[in-house]
Amino acid sequence: MNISWWKLGTAVLIVYALVAGLMGTVPRLVVLNETIRNLYYHVGMWFSMLALWTGSLVFSIKYLSKPDLISDLKASKAASIGFYMGILGLLTGMLWAQFTWGRFWTNDPKLNGTAISLLAYLAYFVLRGSMEDPMTRARISAVYNIFAFVLMIVFIQVLPRLTDSLHPGNGGNPAFGEYDLDRQMRWVFYPAMIAWIGMGYWIWDIRCRIEKLKMAHSF
Amino acid sequence: MKALRTHALRIPSRFQKWGLALVLAFLSASLQAQPAVEMADQFRADGKIRVVVGVIVIIFVGLLVYIIRLDRKVKRMEEDNAPS
Repeated sequence: MNISWWKLGTAVLIVYALVAGLMGTVPRLVVLNETIRNLYYHVGMWFSMLALWTGSLVFSIKYLSKPDLISDLKASKAASIGFYMGILGLLTGMLWAQFTWGRFWTNDPKLNGTAISLLAYLAYFVLRGSMEDPMTRARISAVYNIFAFVLMIVFIQVLPRLTDSLHPGNGGNPAFGEYDLDRQMRWVFYPAMIAWIGMGYWIWDIRCRIEKLKMAHSF
Repeated sequence: MKALRTHALRIPSRFQKWGLALVLAFLSASLQAQPAVEMADQFRADGKIRVVVGVIVIIFVGLLVYIIRLDRKVKRMEEDNAPS
C-alpha cells in the first residue's frame, strides 16, 4: 500500500486507543467513575489542536523569513483544522462537565481561556478573509498568527495554572501525571495522544495537497 | 487549676482503651464494607461492552479506509498534474 508509515501508524494507534481505552482497567474514582476513559479521547483533541497550531506557527515564521505562498497555505490550513479539533475538544469537554461537574459550562479559567483562544483564531480567519492581495494577506496573517499562538499559550497553559481550576494540573489541582494517571492508563494515554495528533496532521496533509492542486489548476 | 489540668489530660482506663479500639475496628470494617466506586461492572460482566467496542471499531476502520482512499485519490491527481 502506497501510504506513509506515519499514516498507517496513526490508523493502528487509533484502533488500539479505542479498544484498549474501552476495555482496559482504569482506577475507580468517585464522581469520575467510567468517564475517566474520556481522558483518552477528549484530551486527545487538545493535543491535536496544540500540535496543529504549533505547525501553523512554524509555517507562519517560515513565511516571514522566506515569503512563499505554500508556507502561508500550510499555516492557514493547520490553523483551521486545529480550530476544528478545538471545537471537538470543547464539545466533548462540555458533555463530560455536565455529568461530572454538573454543568455544561463552568466558569473555569481553562474553559474561558479556551473560548478566548478559539475566538482569537476565529479573528485570524476573519483577518485573512478581509484581504484580497495574497502576499499582503500572507504577511499580515503570519504576524497575527504569532500573536494568536502566544495568546493561546497564555490563556490555556499559563493563566489556569495561576488561579483555581477544576482541571487537573491547574490551580493547585494535581496533574494526571502525579497519581490519577496510573501506570496502566499511561499505556493507552500516550499512544492515544500520538494517534490524535497523527489524525490531525493527516487531515492537514490532505487539505494542503488539495489546495495545492487547486492553485496549480488556477494558473 | 491544677485539678482541671489533670482532668483534661486524664489517662484513659484500660476499658476505655479497648472500647475505643473496638469502635475504630468496627468503623474501619464498616467503611471497607461500603460499596466501592460505581463502575460499569455488570455491563462488562455481561460481555456487552465488546459489542459496543466492535461497533466503534467498525465505524472507525470504515472512516480510516475512507481517509486512506481519499489520500490515494489526491495522490493520483498529483501524479496526473505533475509536469512530465
